[in-house]
Amino acid sequence: MSARFRPAHADAPAFNAVLIGAALAVAFMLLVLPLAAVFVEALRRGLPVALDAIVEEDSLAAIRLTLVVAAITVPLNLVGGVAAAWAVAKCDFPGKRLLVTLIELPFSVSPVIAGLVFVLIFGAQGWLGGWLQARDIQVIFALPGLVLATVFVTFPFVARTVMPLMQEQGREEEEAAATLGATGFQTFWRVTLPNVKWALLSGVLLCNARAMGEFGAVSVVSGHIRGETNTMPLHVEILYNEYQFAGAFAVAALLALLGLVTLAAKSILERLSGRPSGGAA
Amino acid sequence: MTVSVENVHRRFGAAAALDGVSLEVAPGEFVALLGPSGSGKTTLLRVLAGLEGTDAGRVGIGGRDMTGVPARERGVGVVFQHYALFRHMTVFDNVAFGLGVRPRAERPTRAETARRVRELLELVRIPELERRYPDQLSGGQRQRVALARALAIQPRLLLLDEPFGALDALVRKEVRRWVRRLHDELGIATILVTHDQEEAMEMADRVAVMERGRIVQCDAPSALLDAPATAFVAGFVGEAARIPCAVRHGVAHFDPLPLPPMRVALPDGPAQAFVRPHETLAGPGEGAVLRLVRAGTAGEARAVVEAGEATLDALLHPQGAWAVRGGACRVQLRAAQVFGAAGAQARALPLVERAGVRA
Amino acid sequence: MSATLIHARPARVAPVPGLGLSLGVTIAWAGLIVVIPLAALAIKPWELGVAGVLASLADPRVVSALSVSFGAALAAALVALPLGLLLAWAIVRLEFPGRRVLDGAIDLPFALPTAVAGIALTALLAPNGWLGAPLMAAFGWQIAYTQAGIVAALVFVGLPFIVRTVEPVLRDMGRDAEEAAATLGATRPQALARVVLPALAPSLLTGFGLAFARGVGEYGSVIFIAGNMPMQTEIAPLLIVIRLEQFDYAGAAAVGLAMLLLSFAILLGLNLLQRALRRGRR
Repeated sequence: MSARFRPAHADAPAFNAVLIGAALAVAFMLLVLPLAAVFVEALRRGLPVALDAIVEEDSLAAIRLTLVVAAITVPLNLVGGVAAAWAVAKCDFPGKRLLVTLIELPFSVSPVIAGLVFVLIFGAQGWLGGWLQARDIQVIFALPGLVLATVFVTFPFVARTVMPLMQEQGREEEEAAATLGATGFQTFWRVTLPNVKWALLSGVLLCNARAMGEFGAVSVVSGHIRGETNTMPLHVEILYNEYQFAGAFAVAALLALLGLVTLAAKSILERLSGRPSGGAA
Repeated sequence: MTVSVENVHRRFGAAAALDGVSLEVAPGEFVALLGPSGSGKTTLLRVLAGLEGTDAGRVGIGGRDMTGVPARERGVGVVFQHYALFRHMTVFDNVAFGLGVRPRAERPTRAETARRVRELLELVRIPELERRYPDQLSGGQRQRVALARALAIQPRLLLLDEPFGALDALVRKEVRRWVRRLHDELGIATILVTHDQEEAMEMADRVAVMERGRIVQCDAPSALLDAPATAFVAGFVGEAARIPCAVRHGVAHFDPLPLPPMRVALPDGPAQAFVRPHETLAGPGEGAVLRLVRAGTAGEARAVVEAGEATLDALLHPQGAWAVRGGACRVQLRAAQVFGAAGAQARALPLVERAGVRA
Repeated sequence: MSATLIHARPARVAPVPGLGLSLGVTIAWAGLIVVIPLAALAIKPWELGVAGVLASLADPRVVSALSVSFGAALAAALVALPLGLLLAWAIVRLEFPGRRVLDGAIDLPFALPTAVAGIALTALLAPNGWLGAPLMAAFGWQIAYTQAGIVAALVFVGLPFIVRTVEPVLRDMGRDAEEAAATLGATRPQALARVVLPALAPSLLTGFGLAFARGVGEYGSVIFIAGNMPMQTEIAPLLIVIRLEQFDYAGAAAVGLAMLLLSFAILLGLNLLQRALRRGRR
């Protein structure tokens, strides 16, 4: 007879072993294999071939465009997201819940629809299409369209990561700052921002990853003009559809690396934000 | 007057948090706002700090009308309930904050700031903690930092919002006395919000008792005990049991409770009597049951007696072997505060001064 | 003391300043980027007239695309539900080497660009792929380029939604309730079925709804694996793209609006169900 005690909330070790095995199997099939497939396919014909596919002219143009789109999108959503988080977490006004719903809306809208709405406004047959055409301004099938669609899709990221933390921290410190004579800007800069900086950085990283990796929305507004309106994910599609699998997977591997780095950075930041920033201990 | 609050109203939706509050605080005075939760005391404090608006009424501080003046321009020091220390700043930076956010022209130099911060930390007796972060401090230390931070802006008025609530009982008593001494040294008018009457009575020159958005009485602690203005104050301040009675021809009758009638100058009708434990005596006799006998903190013997439906705290008099738990006893009242209809009140005294019952 | 005076003028004070600026920026931002564009989507289809919109939506190809998108999203959310619960349980309750790595890997579908996921899944599940070939050889199953392929891609995309909504609830729940059930004489399966699962039900439902909503609109990870045969494996978002390429803006907007309204109705239903669950427990 074994006298080992099993707590009431624990299951039989054999049962747990089965669960662990099943969980690992699911994770392997659904998470590890697809990721591995990207890198294996990219390197199937050797590293030099993969690198050649990346430094090829159209690929470089796609990378450059992706960086430009992200460089415009992220700061815009940073400002909008921080303003939204501040208003919702630190101030009182009617219609707050409606605003929060509105901010989260882009998460539940298909990326294709995100692209579609801007075509409806700025496209050749759209509301402003004729007006724009008369002035020779390109929005759709050009950089502005790519940026608009990307901003829409990545709209909630910064607000969503910063808002809960700001709400949790309450308003007491801001009120204390006010009684000590600080202006609104001083309060934000010296009291609120230092308290949320890691979460903010995490939100920016997520926003950036999604901005660089977005496919559906930009595919609708891009027009797929090689070397001009092709972002990296769109370039992957073109290469893939032309049966240039090594090239497609090489560019895809680059994007996957971006995702992995973002993931790692996010988990590091989450650990950091659990501690007081700058704590001496 | 350092502070004058005149007929201030503040509603939150349908509920009136402040319903016509007026209060005056003299320079150097220490006033406590005492009341149950929801009585409006914290709202009044926040109105004074400029953290809450008013619907009507006037707030003046140091002779200046503060209506519409934002918190940062008021020069009022606040110690928040949970201290609200800036968690990402050291103790030094917390205290220096109020000096560092001044407009450039009024901002002290770095050296001057450091000198004043160290002086303040010396004053609150934690000079050794200046490099620590708030989460590395005990509750008492945090409270000292909060106080130093509030004093750094050289306030004309100091507001303390339940500042001792987060401290354990032993520390609390000591810190209370220290804060009061500090107040006497600095001479800054201070308003303390608390729901702890012992704290209010011990620290304040005057205590303003609040009930449902109004100040029902503002008086020295002894006056609150001896002459409560309303039945609420009588019941809320000090220990007191509320006993229903009926007044007939200048005599309060407690039937069916086994308590002797008392003379009281009130018109006929139903009334409420408030009796304090030190004015309630349990002696040998019949009528009531001794439920508990224990030693009081001042060497006296105290008792809990069951007189009919009422359970009363009483002094055991005389002390002795006669008093056994579950045994019979007789209850006499030395005095009571009686509130009749329409707010009329009077002090009730025994009909006959009995031998052995000395005041 | 002067006679009491009441200022008629109320003094409004914002405890924390900056509402005007931050709210102004936020509303301008949300208005320009979210509200006006979505309003365009709501208005554009009606250029066709009510009859035109209905005719446009009654096109068998549209009906088929909508039913493929919604059917696959539903199936995928149903498959992902137990898998997500399993992973959440493993992360929170079980001790094993590699648990933290697993925890981090859960978010992979969030972080991997959809197009990358799309070609990776296709490479795995194609008839000559790592998994596709053995499945084909052993059972004669073809996954890629069929509706099963669409479901597989949506399971991948939806899984983290379920894990990440169930996980915090499971963590917060602690083990007290299960221990209490045990002291009251419940067997372990009874405790799991009557204490643990009901407590998790609302979060499972939320996760299900999120995975489903994401699946309905998903594009990048699906189009590579779907085969995109009209009337069979053509998803609704693809149909929008096709109509746009034909400059049929109103028709594209009609499909988009139908997708949004349908998902909204289903999410509303899930929400009501969840509320009923919560109320039933009280």
